[in-house]
Amino acid sequence: MQRTKLTLGALVASTALAGMASAQTELTLWYHGAGNEVESNILGGIIEDFNGAQEDWQVTVESFPQESYNDSVVASALAGNLPCILDVDGPVMPNWAWAGYLQPLPISQEAIDGHLDATIGRWDGEIYSVGLWDAAVALYARQSTLDELGLRTPSLEEPWTKEEFMGALEAAKASGNYDFALDLGTAWTGEWYPYAFSPFLQSFGGDIVDRDGYQTAEGALNGEAAMEFGAWWQSLFAEGYAPGTSQDPADRDSGFIEGKYAFSWNGNWAAANTLASVENADDVVFLPAPDFGNGSTIGAASWQFGVSSACEHPEGAAAFVEHALQDEYLAAFSDGIGLIPATKEAAQMTESYAEGGPLAVFFDLSAEQALVRPVSPGYVVAAKVFEKALSDIANGADVADTLDAAVDEIDDDIEANQGYGH
Amino acid sequence: MSSKLTRSNRAGWLFALPGFSLLFLFIIVPFFFAFWLSLTNQRLVSPNPTEFVGLKNYADLLSVSVLTLEPERDEAGEIRRDDDGAIAYPRVRSITRSDEFPQYRGMREWFRWHWGDKAKVVIASDVVFMKALVNTLTFALFIVPLQGGGALLLALLINQKLRGINAFRTIYFMPVVISIVVISLLWRFIYSGNEGLLNNILEALTFGAFTPVDWLGSTDTALGSIIAMSAWQAVGFHMVIWLAGLQTISPTLYEAAAIEGASKWQTFRYVTWPGLRNTAVLVLIVITMQSFAVFAQIDVMTNGGPLDSTQTLVFQTVERGYGKQDISGGATISVILFLMVLMISAVQAFLTRERN
Repeated sequence: MQRTKLTLGALVASTALAGMASAQTELTLWYHGAGNEVESNILGGIIEDFNGAQEDWQVTVESFPQESYNDSVVASALAGNLPCILDVDGPVMPNWAWAGYLQPLPISQEAIDGHLDATIGRWDGEIYSVGLWDAAVALYARQSTLDELGLRTPSLEEPWTKEEFMGALEAAKASGNYDFALDLGTAWTGEWYPYAFSPFLQSFGGDIVDRDGYQTAEGALNGEAAMEFGAWWQSLFAEGYAPGTSQDPADRDSGFIEGKYAFSWNGNWAAANTLASVENADDVVFLPAPDFGNGSTIGAASWQFGVSSACEHPEGAAAFVEHALQDEYLAAFSDGIGLIPATKEAAQMTESYAEGGPLAVFFDLSAEQALVRPVSPGYVVAAKVFEKALSDIANGADVADTLDAAVDEIDDDIEANQGYGH
Repeated sequence: MSSKLTRSNRAGWLFALPGFSLLFLFIIVPFFFAFWLSLTNQRLVSPNPTEFVGLKNYADLLSVSVLTLEPERDEAGEIRRDDDGAIAYPRVRSITRSDEFPQYRGMREWFRWHWGDKAKVVIASDVVFMKALVNTLTFALFIVPLQGGGALLLALLINQKLRGINAFRTIYFMPVVISIVVISLLWRFIYSGNEGLLNNILEALTFGAFTPVDWLGSTDTALGSIIAMSAWQAVGFHMVIWLAGLQTISPTLYEAAAIEGASKWQTFRYVTWPGLRNTAVLVLIVITMQSFAVFAQIDVMTNGGPLDSTQTLVFQTVERGYGKQDISGGATISVILFLMVLMISAVQAFLTRERN
């Protein structure tokens, strides 16, 4: 008995000593970028700066490979092991907030003043996550191609109409210089489909779900506009403008660079490599999405930081996020891994996105045309259903039946989840 | 018997305990757990409480109905035909999405056939599941003879005393040791539609007469391509089992057959094959059970596409349970799969039993 007391006493004393040695409270951060050295170094630098700049909090990072990151979070949430600060993909955030994995992020308004709207993750009227960057998609082309085929160069103010776009594809196909006129990136399965292609549907006037209450997809995904979109989508493959779902992933990466495709629908993250690999970088232009009648839109919202519900010190997490949101860090991430910085000031500090920089157009695209994917916990399921519907239609399935089936599946899921708390 | 098992075999039970407890923990408990989940509306991620829903999940998967479609007629009562002369029928969605027929709500056409002027349409509440079921059965039906037969052939080839035979054994066995994910990725390149190895070889062999096929991108060839690749991948494993069986056959039997003047075929038919009886039963049942669990190839190579032509039950289980966060739906499929495999294995065991 005596001995137990003694050991206990020693334990308490040593804990107290350790506590005194570092008065900082430890906050764990989970990040999706394992395997990317540049990214890890930048994040490591931010954390080091933060830990040195104040005395209350000590942030430590654990990185996961992106492919298994979401699964890891879900598994550890089920096991009750969430860290304090979580990295979360923008469209997935509402699902985690609804499930109770996240709590609102108590961030000050001035910290996010002037940030691109899509970098702020809102759910249920509160801010849950904030991103340091955004991503954008553009139609890669060569000015020489446009001149050769006699096409007007579209601008942000005046994008191509549907007729002009289809005319451009027809001209490229008729020229016989390309394997395919348009590379949509059908080789990239997963989130690419809803992220890159649902803006086309929105431009036609449809959507993945009815954003008025988010209770059904009926009418949005199988209404007249969606049927028109489906018929157009099918025609891209049926008439041989674009390679189908069995596109070789290697062609996706290098097809445009090698001149196999006249146009490529691709994200800003691939732009730096494309400019570095093509023969004449000055010739490459990034065109805005065509306007199918309802304005040009592109997808938005990338990875963002949020606070888990298990975190006892949300104010510490918010302090870290506010620290990380400084323009110099946004610029560092942008220069390091090619992302679009969240503020105009940070964009000016980067090599690529500063005014007149080779990728400046992507910042404007994000600022002008970005439309976040449906802000609903049900999005993660709807996105899968949408992806399958689009690949089926591309492979020749009946448009109306396929969209109807997708609507039924999304509606069943919303019902099974009692409306997802909207 | 039972008293002897419990009394005098303490050491045996002790040795079996780690294995049994692992089997219990990872096979038997999860099965009962899955059975329970299939009766609820359990989600992967949800703040809502889990509710007991009875057999709803099974009904959602298995409901099937037959619709009879009358041809469309014009005012004169003549049957309307399209340009090709095919009879025009009303669209199935005019029935399944109409408020007049709430019983067909959410169902979709699976397949149809024609009966006189009328069209009989089979509609199912879960067409993807039905296609996955048919594909899985087709896969098993082809893979069992292909893999079992191929493995026996290889085993007979390498069961000879030749110089360097070990090199062949190693080569045939190699695909078994390589991860199925790596193999699937490699075969994706082999099957590639434009620059794929298979297309190139076939073109070279036919002096350019062969038109390249998009093996994984076409509904006609996708499942066949996966069957061929899967049979090749696991054939080495079963080859080793056959080989073990072959080497238990006493050489004296072969000598006797040779003295009697038996031909090669007669030796195989009356000496080798009867000697392989038990091995054959084992190989048959193992391949059948494995083929029902086909997943990795589908996940890496086709994702169930094109047009659901390579959907399988296990792929759908994972897709629903994890991808679409519907744990109860995934659990329901795995219970159905379990019952199917159990039934088929029982029939196989019955048909191949020792008859004296």
